[in-house]
Amino acid sequence: MISIYDTLAAAIRAEQPAALITVIEGPHVGAKLLVRPDADPVGSLGHPELDRVAHRDALAELEAGRSGIRHYGPEGETTPEDLMDTPVVRVFVESWARPPQMWIFGAVDFTAALAKVAKVLGYRVMVCDAREIFATRRRFPMADEVRVTWPTPVFEARGAELGSRDAVCILTHDPKFDVPAVQGALATKAGYIGVMGSRTTHAKRMERLADVGITDPADLDRLMSPIGLDLGARTPEETAISICAEIIARRTGRVTPSLRDGRGPIHQGGSETLGT
Amino acid sequence: MKDLLDDIDRWRADGKRVALARVVDIEGSGPRDPGAAMAVNEIGEVVGSVSGGCVEGAVVTESLSILQGDRAAGIVTFGYSDDEAFAVGLTCGGTIRLFIEELNW
Repeated sequence: MISIYDTLAAAIRAEQPAALITVIEGPHVGAKLLVRPDADPVGSLGHPELDRVAHRDALAELEAGRSGIRHYGPEGETTPEDLMDTPVVRVFVESWARPPQMWIFGAVDFTAALAKVAKVLGYRVMVCDAREIFATRRRFPMADEVRVTWPTPVFEARGAELGSRDAVCILTHDPKFDVPAVQGALATKAGYIGVMGSRTTHAKRMERLADVGITDPADLDRLMSPIGLDLGARTPEETAISICAEIIARRTGRVTPSLRDGRGPIHQGGSETLGT
Repeated sequence: MKDLLDDIDRWRADGKRVALARVVDIEGSGPRDPGAAMAVNEIGEVVGSVSGGCVEGAVVTESLSILQGDRAAGIVTFGYSDDEAFAVGLTCGGTIRLFIEELNW
């Protein structure tokens, strides 16, 4: 019989989603229930009804990528009336969600730097470009996947995978590629969509997006364009940091200066930096 | 937790008993989120961390006393607002609660 720990460790190593429920207070301290989507739960918290309710709740926490404490009655009671005059069972639900994804369109120098920083932050990274000579594994060894294709088929086949924790970064600067990538990204639930380019490129891109019918203010509000925080970043690596910092800030809702909300040139001077 | 697995597996393969301490709750300015974990084996070897270095020493002591049977698995609170007589605080002024248990499951 494989233990709960061994089952959990295998799931964590394989980056398969799993949540471990542990009783931390109340009857049966230390009792555990391991839940995974599309698999039978393993273990028990001490009562079948408690197992059923906690299983359901833990799957929801896992879906949201959250870990935290929940409390129940000893037989899975959840309403305040049912919880009066019963001992409380406190459980810790620890979630190992699948890693967030970053899809990067455009196989340029900025892409390699961004893929590296994204890996540090735990993303599963896909690089996509239609040009076979640029989109190679050799140029992007840090990426989990390198695809030679246009954006539209990628979004059609796999766009449904993207959710609020995922990011789409469009670095091509090329309208042939940018416009379908933006269209594809807007059709997903991706939590972050960033599009690279100077303010001039950005203005032209907005015209082209309008030409294909992307005019809904709610859609345009999702686009971080030009991409990144206004850090004065110059090198591909600094730019990668500014993009990832913007992704974090958008997630946490903190007020940080995004390039999108500023004016004037993205790069000023430049002689003071040694980067190229 | 992922970073702990290799060491835990090695310790267990060597027949060493292991305690696992996980952050289950934070209040105020806690340095690490719920799920941050460290493991301690019966000879006091450690992997992982649960704070910015403020409470790890005390966690080792608690973990060893659980492995030695001197106390039961349970919640241990660190921070200024606690009333559980733990002297160790967090420099950030926050409070963290850990669940510490033997890894025998």
